[in-house]
Amino acid sequence: MAVKNNTPAGRVFDAVNVAVLVALAAITLLPFVYVVAGSLAGEAEIATRSFFLWPREVVAGAYDYIFSTDTFVRSLVVTVCVTLVGVLVQVMATFTMAYPLSRRSLPGRVLILNLVVFTMVFGGGMIPTFLVVRELGLLDSYWALILPLAINPFYLIIVKNFFQELPEELQEAARIDGCSEIGVFFRIVLPLSKPILATFALFYAVAIWNDFMSPLLYLSDPDKWTLQMFVRQVTVSSDLANTLGQLDPNYIPPEQGLKFATIVVATIPILIVYPFLQKHFAKGILIGSVKG
Amino acid sequence: MTTTTAVPQAVPQAAPPPSRRVPLLTRLARHRWLFLLLVPGIAYFALFKYWPMYGVTIAFQDYLPVLGFADSPWVGLKHFDRLFTSPEFPRILGNTLVLALLNVVFVFPAPIAVALLLNELRVGLLKKFVQTAIYIPHFLSWTIVASLTYLLFALGDGAVTQLATSAFGQDPQFLTAPEWFRPVIILQTLWKSTGWGTIIYLAALAGVDQHLYEAARIDGANRWQQLWHITLPAIRSTIVVMAILLSGNLLDTGFEQIYLMTNSLNREVADVFDTYVYFTGITQGAYSYSTAIGLFKALVGIVLIFGSNWLAKRFSQNGLF
Repeated sequence: MAVKNNTPAGRVFDAVNVAVLVALAAITLLPFVYVVAGSLAGEAEIATRSFFLWPREVVAGAYDYIFSTDTFVRSLVVTVCVTLVGVLVQVMATFTMAYPLSRRSLPGRVLILNLVVFTMVFGGGMIPTFLVVRELGLLDSYWALILPLAINPFYLIIVKNFFQELPEELQEAARIDGCSEIGVFFRIVLPLSKPILATFALFYAVAIWNDFMSPLLYLSDPDKWTLQMFVRQVTVSSDLANTLGQLDPNYIPPEQGLKFATIVVATIPILIVYPFLQKHFAKGILIGSVKG
Repeated sequence: MTTTTAVPQAVPQAAPPPSRRVPLLTRLARHRWLFLLLVPGIAYFALFKYWPMYGVTIAFQDYLPVLGFADSPWVGLKHFDRLFTSPEFPRILGNTLVLALLNVVFVFPAPIAVALLLNELRVGLLKKFVQTAIYIPHFLSWTIVASLTYLLFALGDGAVTQLATSAFGQDPQFLTAPEWFRPVIILQTLWKSTGWGTIIYLAALAGVDQHLYEAARIDGANRWQQLWHITLPAIRSTIVVMAILLSGNLLDTGFEQIYLMTNSLNREVADVFDTYVYFTGITQGAYSYSTAIGLFKALVGIVLIFGSNWLAKRFSQNGLF
């Protein structure tokens, strides 16, 4: 990597390269800084300054306001609960299915694996899936945000491959000591898989938190909206009076500030878990399996 | 995709030969606890993957909710006829293909270029900082990306809008003008996915033997020659694999992104297969017709991925499967 080539042309290239990459990083980060700054600024400042990285005067009015509205608080609580329950369901479903599939002696293993892989190439698509969810009576139920996404086939295969690489001797020893298969799974295999379990829990959590299509398809009742639906309504549709419902007619809300604050609240959890995510994908858990 | 190659080895060699003669029923009984663990997973795939797959048959039926997938009357290719003769079809297909083409031209090479630039960076700390920054957008929802776009490109008071207004003398109407729809979509995709896309190329670049560069330098190769003769050949197979995968997803324009950026003023260029299925199926309730559209798109995707895999094998011995 460190190409030692100190010709003048080489040095010009290095300088340009650094400039280009720093610019890329800046383009990525600046919108966040602006949104955080905007969420803390007064309405007048947002209206008069087109772009700024820190407000002249810090006011928390926008946050006070959104946290005082039922709609926002409800959507936040709903999203947190759906994410927590969803991750539990997804991790359990994925890991319990991956374990038997990692056992080479299991009859029918190849057939099941092929059926799983086939779903990665071809699927029923939006409408048949919607009709199945409706048939199961899950419309307008939070389970519709969780169950149809319970297992990511891609993650399932990675976890199965991970189980296959665990030392067989440990499981064999437990079996000889009289441990049942289910005992081996819960007492030996799962404790050995804590790091990978945490990784997939995080990836699943980010996916559910960010999911916009499922609530759009399956939740028609605005009272059940998740945070992403709320964010879209406030910032993209920006029909504030309808969204927030209980607007006090005497109080004019800081409209722009609200948008900024909503975006910040919806983004912060992702930024909090990001360092943990990065630790794992940088290690190549996911990449290694893509390369095959 | 790894499993397809792993599967043949699954025939147990480790088990002692006598076990082959054990009757199937006994073997099933011996593994009953493992099968118990499989139940939730199999139920999931049956209910939410294979049942909808069976539901695709309604593309050849007139689906009636009371009759369900099994008993709705068969109508043959009626919905496909309607789709291919519809005046909407050329427009939707065109919009989808234009976005696909823009993806191939702008979005696909971007991570390769950025990975090569990162690879040339000599300051380790700076490299780490840039990487940490540009991976972040991958983890943000399209709702957030669309919201940021609306804030920055909004009519009149968006930061980018004001910049453009002072440069061009008039508001370009980024969010509503049909001619700005595609550039905005591509910019969003670039912003969200370029950084993440570099990971796989950086992994390939990290595997290049540093002695090759040393030898090339001793032979007097400059940085361009090193790039051309060492670095690019080293990541060629990764590029081919990514290209095959992309070809399979060529018509996937991303439902959430397009849906969020579509409004009544840019519908003309914004409608693509993914959103059209939603609008005809969910909004208008034409379940069978919209399923036919989705099936058409899925079949094109399968043809594309197998076709490009065949091409890749034929011309570079670098197929995916």
